[in-house]
Amino acid sequence: MTEATGIGAAVKRREDLRFITGAGTYTDDLNQPGQAYAVFLRSPYARAKVGAVDGSEALAVDGVLAVYTGQDTSADGLGDLPCGWLVKSKDGSDMVSAPHPPLAVTQVNYVGEPYGLVVGETLAVARRGAELVNTEFIELPPVAVLGGAARADPIHEGLAGNLAFDWELGDQAATDAALAGAAHVTALEFANNRLIPNALEPRAALAQYDAVSGEYVLRTTSQNPHLERLVLSAFVQIGPEHKLRVIAPDVGGGFGSKIFIYAEETAALWAAAKVGRPIKWTAERSESFLSDVHARDHLTRAELGLDADGKFVGLRVRTTANLGAYLSTFASAVPTFLYGTLLSGQYRTPNIHVQVQGVYTNTAPVDAYRGAGRPEAAYVVERLVETAARELGLDPAQLRRRNFIQPQDFPYQTPVALVYDTGNYQAGLDRALELADYPGFPARRAASERAGKRRGIGLSCYIEACGLAPSQLAISLGAGVGLYESGEVRVNPTGSVTVFTGAHSHGQGHETTFAQVVSDQLGVPFDSVEVVHGDTGRVEFGLGTYGSRSLAVGGSALVKASEKVIAKGRRIAAHLMQTTPDNVAFQDGAYRSGNQQKTIQEVAFAAYVPADYPEDLEPGLSEKAFYDPKNFTYPAGTHIAEVEVDTQTGAIELVNFVAVDDFGRIINPMIVDGQVHGGIAQGVGQALLEHGVYDEQGQLQNGSYMDYCLPRADDLPSFLTDLTATPCDHNPLGVKGCGEAGAIGAPAAVVNAVTDALGVRDIAMPVTSERAWRALQGVAGEGV
Amino acid sequence: MAALNKHIHLRVNGVSHALEVPANMLLVELLRQRLRLTGTHVGCDTCQCGACTVHLDGRAVKSCALFAVQADGCRVCTIEGIGGPGGLHPMQEAFRDCHALQCGFCTPGMIMRAIDLVERSDGLDEQAVREGLEGNLCRCTGYHNIIKAVLQGQEAMEADDD
Repeated sequence: MTEATGIGAAVKRREDLRFITGAGTYTDDLNQPGQAYAVFLRSPYARAKVGAVDGSEALAVDGVLAVYTGQDTSADGLGDLPCGWLVKSKDGSDMVSAPHPPLAVTQVNYVGEPYGLVVGETLAVARRGAELVNTEFIELPPVAVLGGAARADPIHEGLAGNLAFDWELGDQAATDAALAGAAHVTALEFANNRLIPNALEPRAALAQYDAVSGEYVLRTTSQNPHLERLVLSAFVQIGPEHKLRVIAPDVGGGFGSKIFIYAEETAALWAAAKVGRPIKWTAERSESFLSDVHARDHLTRAELGLDADGKFVGLRVRTTANLGAYLSTFASAVPTFLYGTLLSGQYRTPNIHVQVQGVYTNTAPVDAYRGAGRPEAAYVVERLVETAARELGLDPAQLRRRNFIQPQDFPYQTPVALVYDTGNYQAGLDRALELADYPGFPARRAASERAGKRRGIGLSCYIEACGLAPSQLAISLGAGVGLYESGEVRVNPTGSVTVFTGAHSHGQGHETTFAQVVSDQLGVPFDSVEVVHGDTGRVEFGLGTYGSRSLAVGGSALVKASEKVIAKGRRIAAHLMQTTPDNVAFQDGAYRSGNQQKTIQEVAFAAYVPADYPEDLEPGLSEKAFYDPKNFTYPAGTHIAEVEVDTQTGAIELVNFVAVDDFGRIINPMIVDGQVHGGIAQGVGQALLEHGVYDEQGQLQNGSYMDYCLPRADDLPSFLTDLTATPCDHNPLGVKGCGEAGAIGAPAAVVNAVTDALGVRDIAMPVTSERAWRALQGVAGEGV
Repeated sequence: MAALNKHIHLRVNGVSHALEVPANMLLVELLRQRLRLTGTHVGCDTCQCGACTVHLDGRAVKSCALFAVQADGCRVCTIEGIGGPGGLHPMQEAFRDCHALQCGFCTPGMIMRAIDLVERSDGLDEQAVREGLEGNLCRCTGYHNIIKAVLQGQEAMEADDD
């Protein structure tokens, strides 16, 4: 029996063979004849005027080809890096988007900001040259601490309070009234800690310019090469779109950090034309820490009101979101539309009001990272709900049950704009409680106590909104691009199939999953379907991969294109079988009419060798489709963490983690499970280990793996995962998206468990041993 | 600032090389840039991530933490030398079978480390594998399936030895 390969089968990934044998081709693995190397000049200060940049000593070094600065890119008319989402403040005014030149011209605004580059024959020579550039800086007082930004001098000229926007959503008067009349109000104030994404492959670019054809080629670490091309052409104005080719070859993880259009890739492409040589740039990890976008970094005060029956009556949230020194590509959307809209969680909370002030600071730009706004929202809701249950002496699971949106409530209109399509939250909670052996917890806790340890359990019933959509709505809310996806299904003359998708795989396994979808649709062998992605020269258009959108949006586009192929094939088959198309049925890769049959391969051959062919039909069997979703999808689930704390040292051991998720229909359960694991690890990282810390001078205090604590194998347990399924009712696959769930659900579950173990109301993330120890001792002080 | 060049001899994946290399060239730079063995990756600049792990005379080392000249006279084995599409090493097979990789960037280093770990122990359990992989970072998998793969690879390697 052959192994199952269709929808629902745990097909082994076809991309793996190249990765396990070292044959993957990541950007830094590629080389071009005659390539030179770029090293960027970066600001050592958080805020400073840039004076004269003297490159003469550098240029005297044998092999240094050029020294460029922001003055040069500016003189050449290179445009600014734009923020692609216009948020309006509550007074109706547009957000303030500070100019963001690819290379700083007159002022630098964060440590590590590039203001120039040195191009050399070798990397060593370029580095040597960069060391010899003399730059005059006039230091200015930085605004490095989020809490003080509103009172500090403006970073950007004329920008009072460093406020980019003051946004709100929901009914303030009704929410205030609901809270005023509530029988109980639970309030918490906390920070959502700054994270640094840390895809294991650092960003890189291999940039080329052909002076004869005028064509630019940029091979780079991108999650969305078409968007990169669009921005480089339309905004940065490097060259016309048809003369720009962006290729994202194998990409070593992204988690959001490779969505954005960055300074270095842009400047490298521009410089390749200036020096007339291909240019390679690969970030060192320390550069990644300084100049990749960072994430989260909120200060929040939130209040949940409950009536005497423990029903939620109102939720009020006030958040200050750190945006960093400039607005990155989607920075403004993350703490607003991807955050405020999720505050209803899985609950029937009738009144919600959220206000978000987005502020500039002299730190690296902050933008989307796995979950992007939704982990912050889930943290607010699930920390509040758990705390309210403890304050009221209720079982946290029971309080959640009492407030869940019920299966019969769907579609459910929340008070914060979204319409949830499908879900069954009770089912997820029940299964998670079962897997976590919730009833057995008191006995386990008692056993831990006998061993001198504290044990705690914490729940998190998260919701997320994936596959941002539809385009018209998103654009009306400020998006600068549509949010559809494109796909092309090309049946070749011999019947094999080449699939082109605008989504991009950088670990998600699309080459396997998308082949499963198309082989299933067309009834052709899995091995006869090839998936092409990541190259603007081969794929028509695309918006890339982020927000767990690839399958729900990109996969749906492929279903649409497949349906068009089948429809055209039906006409060809009908002609060949001398009948009409409505007499022809298509199933399992064959057209049938009566006892006649034509396989799709035979039909494809007839389409390309049209000897006997319908007169009014074009030859060929290749179809394109754009799919624009009707709504977001709404994955949801329950995560349960159990921890044990050593009372002597404060060391926290995550002893069990259960995740039960509803992702709708599943294409490849093996890949889905892997996505959940990875998300949980990043969520646990946020809760217990990770924190990007700037000092008051705006210097990043932990810009390496020596001191930024990425989860390691022995920091984590194996996870217990399971699925429930309520298929999405508005996309053809019924899928919801699974990439971000772990990162969204885990932080609140872990902190709920830790606070339970320690017997404290709240504790700051990341809960390090020191913080836990201080809490155990009742010792004041933040800890680090 | 011309770096001093040194002559070295080494065997990489069974092939002998006589090379002149700058004294300050790292082993990983020699492998990736000079020998074009790009399966060995660089994920950090502080010897923390382990993506550059190779075998030096049969022991796992981080090739970013050694100068090329320190490999003079040594046998080096990289991911390309462990097994190819025609004949995979049991550990490579286990990684694929267990979905122990996503983006693939840490994978070669993980596999090289895992093979060494298994070869130098008698019977690893989950905790020993977790501790043994402490020097290799993965951002995609949460390690869950990597641990499964190493245990499965261990079994397969032991079966091969029998």
